[in-house]
Amino acid sequence: MAKDKSEYLIERYNNVYEVVIGLEVHAQVTSNSKLFSSSSTKFGAEPNTQVSLVDAAFPGMLPVINEFCVKQAIKTGIGLRAQINKRSVFDRKNYFYADLPQGYQISQFKYPIVGEGKVVLDMPNGQKEVGIERLHLEQDAGKSIHDIDPQNTLVDLNRSGVALMEIVSKPDLRSPNEVSAYIKKLRSIMRYLGTCDGNMQEGSIRADVNVSVRLKDSKELGTRCEIKNVNSIKFMQMAIDYEANRQVDLIEEGKSIDQETRLFDTKKNETRSMRSKEDAHDYRYFPDPDLLPLEVTDEFIDNLKKDIPELPDDKKKRFIDEFKVSTYEATILVSDIDTAKYFEEVVAKMGKNKDIKLAVNWITGELFAVLNNKNLEISQSPISAKNLAKLVNLIKNGTISGKIAKTIFELMMDGDKDPQIIVEEKGLKQESDPKALETLIDKIIDDNRDKAIEYKNGKEKLFGFFVGQAMKVSGGKANPQLINEILKKKL
Amino acid sequence: MMSNITTQSLTSLVDNIKNKELSSEEVTKAFIERSEKSKELNSYISEDFSNAIDKAKKFDQNPNFDLKLPGIPIAVKDLFCTENVRTTAGSKILENFVPTYESTVTQNIWNEGAILLGKLNCDEFAMGSSNETSYYGNVQNPIDKGLVPGGSSGGSAAAVSGQLTPITIGTDTGGSIRQPASFTGTVGLKPTYGSCSRYGIVAFASSLDQAGPMAQNVKDCALLQEVISTYDKKDSTSIDFKRNQYSKELNKDIKGKKIGIPKEYRVDGMPKEIEDLWQKGIQYAKDCGAEIIDISLPNTSYALPTYYIVAPAEASSNLARYDGVKYGFRAKGENLIDMYEKTRSEGFGAEVQRRIMIGTYVLSSGYYDAYYLKAQKVRKLIKNDFDEAYKQIDAILTPSTPSSAFKIGEKKDDPVSMYLNDVFTVPVNLAGLPAISIPAGHDTAGYPLGLQIIGKAFKEQEILDVAYAMEEKIGFKNKITDWWIK
Repeated sequence: MAKDKSEYLIERYNNVYEVVIGLEVHAQVTSNSKLFSSSSTKFGAEPNTQVSLVDAAFPGMLPVINEFCVKQAIKTGIGLRAQINKRSVFDRKNYFYADLPQGYQISQFKYPIVGEGKVVLDMPNGQKEVGIERLHLEQDAGKSIHDIDPQNTLVDLNRSGVALMEIVSKPDLRSPNEVSAYIKKLRSIMRYLGTCDGNMQEGSIRADVNVSVRLKDSKELGTRCEIKNVNSIKFMQMAIDYEANRQVDLIEEGKSIDQETRLFDTKKNETRSMRSKEDAHDYRYFPDPDLLPLEVTDEFIDNLKKDIPELPDDKKKRFIDEFKVSTYEATILVSDIDTAKYFEEVVAKMGKNKDIKLAVNWITGELFAVLNNKNLEISQSPISAKNLAKLVNLIKNGTISGKIAKTIFELMMDGDKDPQIIVEEKGLKQESDPKALETLIDKIIDDNRDKAIEYKNGKEKLFGFFVGQAMKVSGGKANPQLINEILKKKL
Repeated sequence: MMSNITTQSLTSLVDNIKNKELSSEEVTKAFIERSEKSKELNSYISEDFSNAIDKAKKFDQNPNFDLKLPGIPIAVKDLFCTENVRTTAGSKILENFVPTYESTVTQNIWNEGAILLGKLNCDEFAMGSSNETSYYGNVQNPIDKGLVPGGSSGGSAAAVSGQLTPITIGTDTGGSIRQPASFTGTVGLKPTYGSCSRYGIVAFASSLDQAGPMAQNVKDCALLQEVISTYDKKDSTSIDFKRNQYSKELNKDIKGKKIGIPKEYRVDGMPKEIEDLWQKGIQYAKDCGAEIIDISLPNTSYALPTYYIVAPAEASSNLARYDGVKYGFRAKGENLIDMYEKTRSEGFGAEVQRRIMIGTYVLSSGYYDAYYLKAQKVRKLIKNDFDEAYKQIDAILTPSTPSSAFKIGEKKDDPVSMYLNDVFTVPVNLAGLPAISIPAGHDTAGYPLGLQIIGKAFKEQEILDVAYAMEEKIGFKNKITDWWIK
């Protein structure tokens, strides 16, 4: 097999290892209320202000399933092109912890709501399919806070009972870059569906990362370690890189790898053993007797299917077909639902005589640069799609030059100003009247006789000088195309 | 007048209040007075007497006689959460727990005009058959000094039998209403699973727990069932079925009803007086015009071991929330784990700890399949037995318990013999069926014995009718001597 440069391989002496990675992603379900209670799920509230008697596990309190969360999970399953299970069962996962009020987490163990599916990644060297093992619904725990009170651990139960979807991948990922692409794709799909806001800073997506290594071309899986609760793509990549190398080193030293749960220390950039297999919790899963098995009908699922918007893969295909953008451009445009929305709005507002290629360049070039600099989401863009469309049209119909457009773009950022108005106010309209331009050029040639002669004698570089002079004299407003044509004629 | 108030049935108290022969205040004070004189029974864990009198006065000032329980004072098992009234579940771990909420079942009772007298003693977390596991001490059976009232609704049974409350509610996970009813000569109904909401009831074993009425007679029992049984969205296992007006529809005519006699309930070592009682019961049923049919419930002998896997498994998880972190008793510990261990060692009694241990064991990895999973399969077989039998019969008649009430302390150190008390009642919980225990005779010592009538799911009316008809034929009189009143 030819060695592919994009492959992530670890080499030691004569051995080449590949890394096998599977992810358990915990995605917070977008929902106003919790999985089994009516408490609010709003992020950032005062501690313990969004806690019902059910969330705090008071005696005699019973869980009641939030139908909306079930719909969200099924929609996500549809987005993952997965099997939707018409019957699923909630189980109790029993363990003691201060921020787990019931002493158990309600989860789905044997019978998850969503079964096998797949996600397609766009990698530099082509597409890659990643298998989804399952998706299940479960409750989040509360939060233990260790650094406020020196003597005590404080507990905030606002998060207790919030709905999570645990999305388990097959061990199909082979590099930190694939992991990054996978998380981004999952996030993208869920944001399209509105089932998870994907906000990693607020912990809406966290992952347990399973890592093992094996000699390249080996068919057997190595012993894996699970790195718990990593909350950013960067940390996932760093953790995998560290962990894979650690495992390879152990193998090279003739040692064995212990199956264990590890933690990633973001300060030291290393993984550390948390507990070994022997110390693993016995969660004593059993069906929650407070809840009946969750049963949904075909009709229920079909109705949800009607609500599924166009998803990134389909949208990409359509962008390529309909707008003739490149695969690369389409991938960028659909990666985030708000970017796709913005792009489509620009296209719509440009009207009949549109230059989509130009619009794409402005979005992925100037606009992205500004958003990046200001650390803004496209939904917070200082320039609306409507006005960007106008700007592109002004370039397209020759009203302004690309260069002037950049100046106008800067001015538009102040309160999303209409570019048409800026052009009029500042008199930035491009001079495209051939007669006016001829007069202007005649004068320049007259003023620079010597250079015109040199040009005629073969010093062709001087052509640029005349263009520059024309632009300068016109205050940048001269139509560059016409300037070129007239100069060629006159010189 | 006062002296005979407490001997009246609920039905006659309701009538007397409605026709203004009695005021709620008079009735409430009468039961409070008798309760005050009955401290030796130890029926109450918490009294709410002064509030009760206030509420009675309020009722009398503005009475609503359209209600089903107009101004009727009622004490309830201390497993029901009552707003602003301490709720202990018979445990030290909830010694100072005061709920800010009301269970659906008790709320239903107050909505019909009833008034809370206090909270009645029970086995700790309803785990027991003699009320001896309560942190708040034994309850004396009004039948005789030194006799257990049964359990876990022992305080409730003693309070009805001793006339400290006209009626009460208990909970029944494996017999906890029917067995104490049988031991105290009272009537107790365990409704179909899903009939009464579990919301606000301290959980023991969620798939088996069911609240139900306890009374001095079948009619009172029917009336209370009518009040407490409602569909409740707050309990996902509550079932929305058409509920009868049980007391209004009560019908003594059971001619032609087919009543099954399961041969497997003739267990080894069953006292002759229980067998005799059963035969008498069969005769009463025949006298009422019922047809007696011998049936078989082949998996009956597996019910008790199945129950003692399923119930502790669920309990071990249900009781995990009592960890000293959020509410209830907390022991001081060096760290979190130490605090857990000390809180739960000191906060739970021996029987509760035993069941948590059993439950944790049967759910453990490596044992789950052999115990819990197998028990669930057997549970299904037991239910199938009943389904099969009900193809040819309407109800089943059995003894309620394999013996009459025993002495306090007699079985305390022998859990297996204690568990055997539930042998006739447990299959009903596993199958989720309704069953009623009615007093049907006395043993040689003069202690009451009960018969159990098991019905089809949601057919409470049918077994209430059979019980109502047989009650008249039996003509049972409880022998209460008021021995505890000085």
